Amino acid sequence: MTKTQNSKRTDRRATAFLSLGFRALGLFRISNFGFRDSPGGGRRRIGEFIIEWCIRASGLVVVAFVFLIFLFLLRDSLSLFRDFSVRDVLLGREWLPISEPPKFGILPLLVGSVLVTFWAIVICVPLGVAAAMFIAEVAPRPLKHVLKSLIEILAAIPSVVLGFLGIIWLGPFLRNTFHLSTGMTGLTGSLLLAFMALPTIISISEDALAGVPKAYREAAFGLGATRWQTLWRVILPSASSGIVAAVMLGIGRVVGETMVVLMVTGNAPVMPKSILQPLRTLTATIAGEMGETVGGSEHYFALFAVGLVLFAITFTVNLIADVFLRRARR
Amino acid sequence: MNGAKIRQRIAFSVLGVLTLAIVVPILLVMVYIVVNGAGAISWEFLMAAPRQGMKAGGIFPAIVGTILLVVGTMLFSLPLGVLSAVYLVEYAHDNLFTRLIKLSVVNLSGIPSIVYGLFGFTMFVILLHFGTSILAGSLTLAIMSLPVIITASKEALESVPDTYREISLSLGATRWQTVRYCVLPYAIPGILTGTVLSLSRAAGETAPILFTVAAFYLPRLPRGVFDQVMALPYHLYVISTQVPNIPLELSFATALVLVGLVFLMNLVSIILRAHYRKKRLW
Repeated sequence: MTKTQNSKRTDRRATAFLSLGFRALGLFRISNFGFRDSPGGGRRRIGEFIIEWCIRASGLVVVAFVFLIFLFLLRDSLSLFRDFSVRDVLLGREWLPISEPPKFGILPLLVGSVLVTFWAIVICVPLGVAAAMFIAEVAPRPLKHVLKSLIEILAAIPSVVLGFLGIIWLGPFLRNTFHLSTGMTGLTGSLLLAFMALPTIISISEDALAGVPKAYREAAFGLGATRWQTLWRVILPSASSGIVAAVMLGIGRVVGETMVVLMVTGNAPVMPKSILQPLRTLTATIAGEMGETVGGSEHYFALFAVGLVLFAITFTVNLIADVFLRRARR
Repeated sequence: MNGAKIRQRIAFSVLGVLTLAIVVPILLVMVYIVVNGAGAISWEFLMAAPRQGMKAGGIFPAIVGTILLVVGTMLFSLPLGVLSAVYLVEYAHDNLFTRLIKLSVVNLSGIPSIVYGLFGFTMFVILLHFGTSILAGSLTLAIMSLPVIITASKEALESVPDTYREISLSLGATRWQTVRYCVLPYAIPGILTGTVLSLSRAAGETAPILFTVAAFYLPRLPRGVFDQVMALPYHLYVISTQVPNIPLELSFATALVLVGLVFLMNLVSIILRAHYRKKRLW
């Protein structure tokens, strides 16, 4: 039974949401309790009915998780918005959760996240795409494997370990180099985040470059182009969708990263004026303050509002990445 | 040598240098951790509980905690992930529901780990009354590792040639029999590789376990699934930021053990992949 046969049975008249319900009814249709001849007795058919029900249910569970995550974030955020206007929270320039009265303006945190992410991306995209080009088009086969394994090693290093190295090594190094009062700045976070986003950017860009049809390359060579001209003028532009997707996924990874920024960016929830100052990101705020809040307090709900903003950002970024990935595959 | 050739040589050298600028820090980080951490690793460090407010003793409870969390995560995420992938590849029609599942997988993979922590806290710790426990932490980590497991399983299932399914069905097997005997056995290696990889990520994650399971200082082994545990990544976070005057070599050794554990799991995944690739029938 192939997929085409199945799709013929699909109820095409069903409208968007009804079709979901029909799918659920399909659970019963599939077993049929004896309509279809199958080896084995009724017990086997019941077993099969149960397992196929589980398969369908697990598909549903995945969707349910996304809904639940969104729902819980929304529910607790709304509790905050009963007492504080959305405008004051989103555009407020002061995050003072334990002062009296408290202020929950997340703008400093948002700017902190954007600043750290911006610099991380500025640092890692050129490096990552260059490395992807080198791995895909220049490196001889054995070197390629070595480089790819090294990138995998980088991907495997837990973020808390990099945060630890940031505290004892990179932070002091930057303080001495730039003559700062503290090494725990946005830049320290950006550098480490750039490092962490590299595997994502390299592997997806490399896939995109390798996925460019061979005919393009051969046509360019046939016209007398060198390997570099082919790579720069033909392959790179053809792979641009995939590379944009790589950058978007990199941004998503950097925005959502928690432990590194919590450990090395200095934890100052004030409006940052420069990347060389201590600052605080959205993620670090949740991680740093959740343990100190009382369940059901305004502060507690405010952290869920921060989570909701974070969810919205990464949701959008990933959706864009997905669109470009799909375009790249065509 | 003409101009184009010279430009090519320059361009390739630049690419090489930029790649080197990535490779060197990776190697430096690894060497730095190993050199500074190896000295403090001893039998006592690995097999004893921390003493004197974590300033001495070992990290045994944290190692056990992390292993328990990984096992717990696997128990929840492997069946769910594989079944969802089976649904997507073998059962799903191309309709709204299927697209909704695929979209959910994409979005789950993008949700920040700290948001999983928030969700796990409200859902499992508060709403379901699991408390900060191994159960709540494992479930949170399981949801986080689902997208990777689903994607890997999906790819593994899709790589099994359609002829396998057609032959099985033509012999009168039902759809589930086909999946069970003619598709899954050949997809298992790919599924396992992806699972081990995603579990190694889960082992190193800190943010999702901050409020759902991790104990600051609990120098004993857990008594059940509703007990808190220490975990390696959280322990490293605690001793490097929360507690003053911890000997640096203890932090390094903890980092080394954590990295070692994660690499060991990665190695298992690579070996599995290589081993089964040789046996591949198509």
